[in-house]
Order: sequence, then C-alpha cells, then structure tokens
Amino acid sequence: MEVYLDNSATTRCYDEVAKLVCKVMCEDYGNPSSMHHKGIEAEQYLRYAKETLAKLLKVNEKEILFTSGGTESDNIALIGAAMANHRRGRHLVTTRMEHPAILQTMAYLENQGFEVTYLPVDREGRISLKDLERSIRKDTILVSIMHVNNEIGSVQPIAEAGELIKQCNPQTLFHVDAVQGFGKFRIYPARMHVDLLSVSAHKIHGPKGAGFLYMKEGAKISPILYGGGQQKGMRSGTENVPGIAGLAKAAELVYANLEQDVDRMYEQRNLLIEGVGHIEDVKVNGCPGRQGAPHIVSLSVRGVRSEVLLHALEEKEIYVSAGSACSSNKPQISDTLKAIGVEKDLLGSTIRFSLSVFTTEEEIRYTIQALYEMIPMLRKYTRH
Amino acid sequence: MFTAFLIKYAEIGVKGKNRYLFENALVQQIKYALKKCEGDFCVRKTDGRIYVEAVSEFDYDETVAHLQKVFGISGICPMVHVEDEGFEKLKETVVSYVNTVYPLKDKSFKVAARRARKNYPLNSMEINMELGGVILDTYPQMHVDVHKPDILLNVEIRDKIYLYSETIPGPGGMPVGTGGKAMLLLSGGIDSPVAGWMIAKRGVKIDAVYFHAPPYTSERAKQKVVDLAAKVAAYTGPIYLHVINFTDIQLYIYDKCPHDELTIIMRRYMMRIAEHIAKETECLGLITGESIGQVASQTMHSLMATNEVCELPVYRPLIGFDKMEIVDISEKIDTYETSIQPFEDCCTIFVAKHPVTKPNLKIIRKHEHNLVEKIDELVQTALDTEELIIVK
Repeated sequence: MEVYLDNSATTRCYDEVAKLVCKVMCEDYGNPSSMHHKGIEAEQYLRYAKETLAKLLKVNEKEILFTSGGTESDNIALIGAAMANHRRGRHLVTTRMEHPAILQTMAYLENQGFEVTYLPVDREGRISLKDLERSIRKDTILVSIMHVNNEIGSVQPIAEAGELIKQCNPQTLFHVDAVQGFGKFRIYPARMHVDLLSVSAHKIHGPKGAGFLYMKEGAKISPILYGGGQQKGMRSGTENVPGIAGLAKAAELVYANLEQDVDRMYEQRNLLIEGVGHIEDVKVNGCPGRQGAPHIVSLSVRGVRSEVLLHALEEKEIYVSAGSACSSNKPQISDTLKAIGVEKDLLGSTIRFSLSVFTTEEEIRYTIQALYEMIPMLRKYTRH
Repeated sequence: MFTAFLIKYAEIGVKGKNRYLFENALVQQIKYALKKCEGDFCVRKTDGRIYVEAVSEFDYDETVAHLQKVFGISGICPMVHVEDEGFEKLKETVVSYVNTVYPLKDKSFKVAARRARKNYPLNSMEINMELGGVILDTYPQMHVDVHKPDILLNVEIRDKIYLYSETIPGPGGMPVGTGGKAMLLLSGGIDSPVAGWMIAKRGVKIDAVYFHAPPYTSERAKQKVVDLAAKVAAYTGPIYLHVINFTDIQLYIYDKCPHDELTIIMRRYMMRIAEHIAKETECLGLITGESIGQVASQTMHSLMATNEVCELPVYRPLIGFDKMEIVDISEKIDTYETSIQPFEDCCTIFVAKHPVTKPNLKIIRKHEHNLVEKIDELVQTALDTEELIIVK
C-alpha cells in the first residue's frame, strides 16, 4: 500500500485540476495580453480565478495578485513593502519560526539596512501577543507572521495579532504566510486586519509554480519584477494561465467540503498521535488537538535518526519528511525545532507526517503498525 | 576555421610489435568519444599517425573537450585542411592561417614542411623557404628562428594539404581496453573515483561495485554514486556498476562482533564480495581509493587486515597521496562537486567512536568466526540480489 504522508511538502493534484491545466495548455493556450480571440479566451481564466479566490477570502478581486507560489508571494510582500515604505521606517517584525522564504528574505533586508525583530515562540510554537505588542514601534513598517507552521503545525492567533498590530500602529502592514493554512481554515483577511496574504497552489492539490498574494487595496507595495507591465505593473511576466486556472479550481474543490474534510483529518491525526503514544520515548511536537493544524504531526523518536526512519518507512511505501535533515557531513538543524526548544538529542530524530484529503484511516493504521514494528528494530542498531 | 585534428600519442609509439593493437584501441576510443559530439567525423590511421577529420559542421570546443578525455592522447593539434589548388593558393592559405591564429604577430616562427606526396612540384626545403618568405613579406614584424621558434608551422602535403602549429595537451596514458579490466570499489567519497580514473588512465577498463545499506543510506546516496560513475565513464567508456545491498551483513556483524572492529570486518567482507564479482566478470584486480593513514581503516595495520582476504591484486593508486593532492585531481576530472554532496555512506553509519587503528589479525579472524553460522548465506543473498546498472 502506498501511503503518501508528505502533503506539507506537496500534494497530489486533483484529477479535475490536472485535466483543466492540460486543457488550458493544449487548447486555450493564448497569451492573455493578446488582442485576438485566443487572448481573450485565456484572459477569461484569469478573471474567473480572481473572482473565485476573491469570493473565498471575501475580498475584492482587484486585490488578488498571481505569483509563482509561496516563495514569490512572500518576497513581494516583504521586499515590496520595505522598498515602498522605507522612508516611513526601517523596522520589520517576524517570528523565529518562519519558512525560509521569510527568514532568508528578512536576512536580505537586514543586509540592506533594515532592522528586524524576531519574536520568540513557546514550546507549542505559538507567539505571545504581549511580545508582539512590545515589538511594534512607530517606525515598524511590516509584521509578518506565519499562519500554520509547516514543520510542527502550530497555529498562530492571526485575528488577535491583526487587531493588536493595528491598535499599536495603524500604518504597520500585516503579512501572513498562509501557505499551510489556506484550505484548512477559513481565512478572511479583511476581518483579521491582514494586508498581505501568501498562498501556494501545490499545497492544496493544485499545480506547482502557481500561487497568489492577497494585497489589500491601498497597501503600499513596490513591484520586484519589471517588464511588460502585466497585472497592473505589480508583477510583470506573462501570467501562468494553466497554473492560475488550476489554482482556482483546486481552491474551489478544497473549500467545497472544507469542514468535513478538516474534521476527518483531525480524527486521523488524533488516531496517529494516540497510536504512536504507546511507543516508548516518542514525543509529539507542537499543539495536539484542535489547537494545532489538522494535517501535521511532528514526532521525535529518541535513539533513531530521522533520515533512517524516513528510509525505513519508505521501504514500506510510506512517504514522510525528515523534520530536520541531519547527516554526518553537514548538519542542518531546523530553526523551527530549535525555536520551540526541542531537546538537542531529539533534533536529528524528528520526522513529520502530513495528511491531506486523500489520506484514509486505513493508511494511518498501516503507518502506526509500521512504526510499531520498526522503531524497536532501528533502536537496536546505533552508532556508539 | 579548424577542420581536422592530428592526434599525438607519446607512449604507444614505443610499444614494439604490439603497437598496432594500441593504435587500433586508440582509434576505437576516439570514435567512441566523438559519437557524443555534434557532427560527423572520419578517424584515420595513416603513416603512423591518427587524423580526425570533420566531414560535417561540428562544434570545435565540444570536440576538443571530448578528445581531451581519451586516454592515450598526449596532444591534439587542430588543423586546417585544404585541397591542393596550386602553390600560389597555398601561400594565401598560409598567410591567412597566420593572420587568424596569431593576430598579434609578435612571435618568431619556422615553417616545417613534410612532403608525403613526392610528386609535389616543390621539395620540402623549397616549400619552407617560399612559405617563410611570403609570411615575412606580409608580416614584417615577425621573424624567423629556426632553432627555438615560438611557432612551428607544420605544412603536410598529402592527398590534401594540412596546416597546424598548436598542440592542446591530452590526458596522456594509454587507450582504455589495452590493459585488461579491474573492479573499482566506489563509495561516493572523493578518493575512489580518482583511484578509478588513475588506473583507467593506464589503459585499464573499469567496472565498479557499490555497497548500499538501505534504510541507513538513501536512494540519493546511490544516485550520487551513479553520477560519479558517469563522470569517470566520460573517460573510460561504459562502467558496469554492481550495487550490493549490504544492510543485513552489516547488522549481523554489528550483532556478533566487537563494535570497534566493525569497520575492519565490514571492509573485509566488502573486499571478499568485490573479489567474487571481479572474478566472475574477468577482472584482473581490485581498485580502492585508500591512502595510508587517512582514516582508521587505512592504517598500514588495517590495510593488511583487509588485504588478507583477497587473492587478486588490490591496486591503490592513491596510497601515497595527501588529501589535497587527491582533491586537486578530483577537481580536474570534475568529480569533486558530486563527491562532496552530504549523503551518508554505509561505511560511516555505525562507525565506532574509537575504531581500532591497529587491528590484530588473529583477533579479527577469531571474531569473524562468530559469524560462521549465517554469514555465507547472507553474502550469497547479497550477491544474488545485486542490481546491475550500466553507466554511460
């Protein structure tokens, strides 16, 4: 039985989405900027995608900017905000537990002379609103907080943070990296005081290379790509029409049964957490229950290197992700796991299971069984 | 501008009666290398020389790069070849050759004509003088130096006329296939591909064996070894890579033998398995990337312990090299970048904190006796389940 539990890395495309993407590539392949019929036909997909996404977020369709995915959305939000607002201030705030697309971009901005405050997180991977309040200054131009953490699944209090940020400094922009949260939680940027929101298609059963950035109307953001002036000059380059069509279709499908799907994922997640709870010395990272995301389980297995456990599971056709890749030549310890204070011994022994709408209870039971069998075996053979 | 190459080979020239075998092998290897290049070529062996002539459009840089990977070639001379359309025409060709190849014209030169076609109206001396004269007339800033010229402009009169003056160094060595075949123990590190390359350079065909230990080593580690084999195969031609699953043997040794001897005993089994495959595939020796003292398993004592299990000679071309010297070669042959990718290999996964550096053979043999119950069966299974990858 093939069990794909690496859905936070990427997901299987919905068949319907794949068919649509193929149709756009092979039949409706026009350039949306072309003046003839083929161009107009292609443009319709963009319009429809904007309408669809805007409705789901309850925002204006003008506020949707198509990008190549999460990383580009994050880059436009951070660099674009910094470039457009540097006269007003040079201070940004984020957390210690972000995706590299945020952390590396922040590091770049620090090199460019901006100052960045990194908020600490507690053992369950949540920021404190008090810390957030204290960090915001008169010259703070942007706060960026991840909605759902990709490694341990902790969920940040976005609505409360949004309100607080605007109370402290109404001019501070609020960016949310919702790559892991979109399609699991209903997100309403306007109500949550979110000005910028990053979303990626391939995490919600859409194609790779497509995504969008919600940009609140009036938010001052400079483009980072220049060229033919597509998307009102905010993001030059011919739009990825098949990708965008697929993105909208995937979003529609993922929202169609959102509550039921999420409930089922929570049940499967609980099953997995309870199942492995009986194995000695296995620790669950992040928040269990409804406080955490429905689709991510991070486990630290004492005495077993994550890479070995990953490959052992792979032999049973169970595909997961090493919470933190660690090899003898080049240790790469995850910032997130360090930020939540995972013990040193366990940093290299952490793996992530991530579920999707396609995951079945049978697959979870099969996985638990496999873990039961292999963990004691693997613990027997270690480096002394 | 260049349309042909004269291939120089140093060492083959001295091989007495076997010379033709070496030359034929070199022609074979050149043809094989050129298959990977754009364009069609004619490779000819005449009068004790090898010529490569392009018979279609071709990419000069690509062709030279591929020729530079053919062992046995000591130098590659790019040539201009033209039809014989009279001596006046030849003068023009020579002047334009000098103009294009030496735009600065700040060098001394000498013309060296060779007349294989004896019915050509001028003899060699006359050709030298006439062509030297016309070059001097056209470019008075150049001068003739018959003893130590900067440029030795060769003019060969055959069925066609060939001009050349530059020599691009080749890799040297001898054509692969003239020296039998050997089995390389390829690990994925920096050393073993270099060792394989060095032995291949002496004309030896290479096959390889790789030990992997899933789930302790990953598929990417295996891919890395395939990539390394491909880099070496660019010089040696196709490599048969035998992939052996070593996990069960390794775990069995772990269960039965002292931990600090694990690496040595493991390596003894690797050598045994490699030798077994080597003998079955008609290899005349094993090749390893060992260098004295580099790690615990490469001390003189450890080498003796691993060497003991083999009948075939074990070639260790890097034995006296420092790490930096090995790295230099790996950079030259383009294996370094691949070698340093951080994937764990099966030698390090269970390595003891303090492995023995001076293993006592008697004790090792005694501990190996602990394995007697199941080891033959495990080795047989490993051999039976080998995966063969042909790397081109």
